[in-house]
Amino acid sequence: MTDTALHPGSAFVGHEDHHHAHHDADHKPGFFARWFLSTNHKDIGTLYLIFAIVAGIIGGAISGLMRAELREPGIQYLGIWAGMLHGGAQSLDQSLHLWNVLITAHGLIMVFFMVMPAMIGGFGNWFVPIMIGAPDMAFPRMNNVSFWLLIPAFTLLLASPFFGSGAGVGWTAYAPLSTFGEPGPSVDMAILSLHLAGASSILGAINFITTIFNMRAPGMTLHKMPLFVWSVLVTAFLLLLSLPVLAAAITMLLTDRNFGTTFFDPAGGGDPILYQHLFWFFGHPEVYIMILPGFGIVSQIIATFSRKPVFGYLGMAYAMVAIGVVGFVVWAHHMFATGLSVNTKMYFTAATMIIAVPTGIKIFSWIATMWGGSMSFKTPMVWAIGFIFMFTVGGVTGVVLANGGIDDYMQDTYYVVAHFHYVLVAGSLFALFAGFYYWSPKWTGHMYNETMGKAHFWLSLITFNVTFFPMHFLGLAGMPRRYADYSAQFTDFNMIATIGAFGFGLSQVFFLFGVIIPTIRGGKKAEAKPWDGAEGLEWTVPSPAPFHTFETPPQFK
Amino acid sequence: MPKRMKALAIAAGLGCAALSGVAFATPAAPPAPAAAAPQAAAEGAGVSNTAPTSAAAPATAAPTSPMLAQDGAPATTIDPNVGLPIDGRIGLQPQVTKNGEFAHWMHNGVLLPVITAICILVLVLLAWVAFRYRRAANPVPSKTSHNTLIEVLWTLGPVVVLVLIAIPSIGLLQAQFKPAPAGAVTLKAIGNQWYWTYQYPDHGGIEITANMLKEKDQVSPGERARTDADGPRLLAVDNRIVLPVGVPIRLITTSNDVIHSWAIPAFWMKLDAVPGRLNETSFTIDKPGLYFGQCSELCGARHAFMPIAVQAVPPAQFAAWVAAKGGKMPGSAAPSSSVIPQPGAEGSAVEAAQANAAEAVTGPADNMATPAQSPTSAQGATGNPAGPGNAGQ
Repeated sequence: MTDTALHPGSAFVGHEDHHHAHHDADHKPGFFARWFLSTNHKDIGTLYLIFAIVAGIIGGAISGLMRAELREPGIQYLGIWAGMLHGGAQSLDQSLHLWNVLITAHGLIMVFFMVMPAMIGGFGNWFVPIMIGAPDMAFPRMNNVSFWLLIPAFTLLLASPFFGSGAGVGWTAYAPLSTFGEPGPSVDMAILSLHLAGASSILGAINFITTIFNMRAPGMTLHKMPLFVWSVLVTAFLLLLSLPVLAAAITMLLTDRNFGTTFFDPAGGGDPILYQHLFWFFGHPEVYIMILPGFGIVSQIIATFSRKPVFGYLGMAYAMVAIGVVGFVVWAHHMFATGLSVNTKMYFTAATMIIAVPTGIKIFSWIATMWGGSMSFKTPMVWAIGFIFMFTVGGVTGVVLANGGIDDYMQDTYYVVAHFHYVLVAGSLFALFAGFYYWSPKWTGHMYNETMGKAHFWLSLITFNVTFFPMHFLGLAGMPRRYADYSAQFTDFNMIATIGAFGFGLSQVFFLFGVIIPTIRGGKKAEAKPWDGAEGLEWTVPSPAPFHTFETPPQFK
Repeated sequence: MPKRMKALAIAAGLGCAALSGVAFATPAAPPAPAAAAPQAAAEGAGVSNTAPTSAAAPATAAPTSPMLAQDGAPATTIDPNVGLPIDGRIGLQPQVTKNGEFAHWMHNGVLLPVITAICILVLVLLAWVAFRYRRAANPVPSKTSHNTLIEVLWTLGPVVVLVLIAIPSIGLLQAQFKPAPAGAVTLKAIGNQWYWTYQYPDHGGIEITANMLKEKDQVSPGERARTDADGPRLLAVDNRIVLPVGVPIRLITTSNDVIHSWAIPAFWMKLDAVPGRLNETSFTIDKPGLYFGQCSELCGARHAFMPIAVQAVPPAQFAAWVAAKGGKMPGSAAPSSSVIPQPGAEGSAVEAAQANAAEAVTGPADNMATPAQSPTSAQGATGNPAGPGNAGQ
């Protein structure tokens, strides 16, 4: 059965007004106005991507410190680092506290300042308006506000260790460790950082929802939108509905810390578990916020390089909707050890497992898209295929962890660490890499080097698995997470993981200097449509995309 | 009904805590003062632990002998294969509780084969399409983008698999939530930054403070350092908890400061210790031995340094240890597991009596704030999750 109508963009005619190239420079404001007062979705997308790369380097460097410390049992470097940070010799407790500061910073940076800005702010800003044939986002100036809120947010977080001892409460910031457990300005700064980052994301979500609902080119119905746009739409709803709950929870933390309220303090009738419910009501949708745009990116790439429309387009779109909806009612599976009642645990076990069904639909649909296709294995495609398999591995350990009874063993062990790094690194990050290779011709106007891209893939794939696969074994052996030091029984796999982590880090250095920078600075000139199987409006505009696109909307025939 | 059971059980536990030193299991048991002198005749086990009740972690008393018995626990040797992790071993720790064995089977016999099969299926499919439908082999792509039958199949297939997983999973949860029967040994674990205190409210209010043992090069002169007989580095504690094998244990956790989590992998056990709450679960240890666990909820700087060590011994040895600690076995002069009702003996006379006793002390089960504030109680946390208390005092 054929259905070209479900082939987004295939019916569009390239509509780029060619006179544009001549006047392009005329429309561009000066440097300061262009980059600091931008209302252009592509420039803001570029800013987001650069921001995410910088944050990723910082967050990755922190994980390098962590793996160095965990290379062998004992406290190796924490005392030295604590001395460098705060000056002079530091006590054991201060060194150990620095460990908690590192894990907190790594988590918050990677979630709020790397994956989210890159996926939604970067690729979303760059390609959603182009893919739906809109001239820009619905609220261009608010778009700029969204980005610039991230700068003070990130600054607050990075500065927090220098005003006090650092926020060592974990990215989850559980009360009461985050209330009376850690006095001083550091945790307050981290909380305010999250407030700003959250406000940024809420504004961005409003912008995307409005843009996608109101600014699609004539004839592009919701059911003809590219899957990446679908994924950003679902993600934007998740952001809009979940982030206010986080804002409320961390505001209550702030008042508990500073103004004597007792929302989470049993001494005043409060409840520490209430904080966990509020946090995970945000936190679980958050993990889908980080993966859904990745699903969208991978769907585009698989279809392009299979030279075939996405198999089961409607099923793919509504699987994402289903994941988003069910994602809101499974939060307490993060709290299986907190003393939930048996009925609660049974419900959250069952509800969590249900998410495997739409996820399975997506995996099988990607394979079916390739089935019967005419596949070529350019770098974006190998990343996308790597994503599918690695995400499957991370997904099935999620099915294990969904069982409330099994979690009496697994909760807070390295098994969980392995699980969420398989879905967030080999999931979200691999999807980001795939998206970079796929769209960098449009972004930079240059083709990346295919050999370097493939080398980056294989290096990353191997070192990633060397790093994180042994963590399953550590978890099965019972090693708790967030430990600065471990007994000798956990040595072997930790050492392997550290070796892998340094390999993975070097692979990303290779990516930065061997791929990103050379591609931005030069390389083979990219055609408007560098992939012969690609469909969609972003390939109807020149590479790099001109400053303004679609001043008159393209027509859908 | 289970909810009421749980409430009663908590009430019973609280009643015990409130009495703090009054041993009782049935109203007929004669009360024994908490300050009763340790029975010197007890099995020759030296009592060096003073079981302080203050919030500060005390320095460990100087050892009198390098033997394990220095903390009052019966001497034992560590089985390197059970109760602690093994370097390089792939797989779960061996289980010594019924629920643990069930869960262990469910992981190794159900979940692991299923997830391995799914991964292999996806890998094989990917490899096949990448080979068969590469451009050289299939230059003209098909235009197929729908097949309702296969879409229904790959929706229903996972549903069936998940239902098959859910059946043992729900069974496991039911087993884990079976309330402890009357007469179970109650152990109350209280998390502190960064050590555990334990109470045996049914056994004359024994209190144990368990600190991690430091290494030889870290201790101050006279302080006890870890030896290999104590257990591995970061897992060994100065005062182990002793529990009887074959007897249901009711574990109650709470905290004096931030959230901690009491976890023993070999028991398939993890329960958060939350200030202002009493969490409860139960388990029965099937095999004597030494079992190690670690705090499993981020609780501040020394999160990694508050291990848990449980020594499981035959009931008679447990009774001797209780006596050596100055406690008293409830309701019997000759403690033995034979007087302890087996799991599932709901509504037994002993349980009813215990519940009555608890109510007599605390009032109705839904108003449990009183015992938590009792001056005789050593616990810092309030007993009532919903009520005001004196957490973190």
